[in-house]
Amino acid sequence: MADPKPRIKVPKTASKGEVVTIKTLISHPMESGQRKDSAGNVIPREIINKFTCEFNGQPVFGCDLDPAISANPYMEFTAKVEESGTFTFSWTDDLGKVITTEEKIEVS
Amino acid sequence: MTLTRREALALTAGAAAFLATASRMAFASAEDAEKAISEFTGGAAPQSGKITLTAPEIAENGNSVPISVSVDSPMTADDHVASVLVLAEGNPNPDVATFHFTALSGMATATTRIRLARTQNVIAVAKMSDGSTYIDRKEVKVTIGGCGG
Repeated sequence: MADPKPRIKVPKTASKGEVVTIKTLISHPMESGQRKDSAGNVIPREIINKFTCEFNGQPVFGCDLDPAISANPYMEFTAKVEESGTFTFSWTDDLGKVITTEEKIEVS
Repeated sequence: MTLTRREALALTAGAAAFLATASRMAFASAEDAEKAISEFTGGAAPQSGKITLTAPEIAENGNSVPISVSVDSPMTADDHVASVLVLAEGNPNPDVATFHFTALSGMATATTRIRLARTQNVIAVAKMSDGSTYIDRKEVKVTIGGCGG
């Protein structure tokens, strides 16, 4: 499978101390390990099990995901910004693959 | 083949016992969810209040049910929500997600989409930085289950 492409919505600018809303969506089947294929064999579990968001290296938000999270996991959360900087988002799947992406924000 | 009354009763009881076992194997029970909650809280019984779980009353498609949690907290370095555990007590595995917050989160709110196998209670438990815990639950009616059997 090609690398899943995350889609992230972060405001470009914010005022100091503002709480901004961040929305993320990543394409991933989140195979739960409960389904069976047409031959009756269980399809092995393969999900994204961890999501983290950091701002300038400081943890902002994290989530441990279980198979009950829908395919193409969507996360919406908030962050309080005191200075300009970079958000780093990372998703870790069951195979240990990490997908990382960054978004900048300008704080005035 | 004709059955005597005694045989018929024994068969019915056997079938009922089998069904009960089978359903216990396939789905987590409320006890599993309770166990997960007490593991998360360290044995303490969570209080109600402060935490709000928002979920639709009726979900047509159990594959993607939007839920959001929000906890009333000042979110300062000394007093913030540490984590929120989300459980679905009627799924094959009650765990849904655990959100981790920090003072940098600004607000303790998170929204995601979850899978629900059938009509059931969804539970959210918040753990504060001082160790106190709060709980909220919502029943969601599911029209089409989301486990892709």
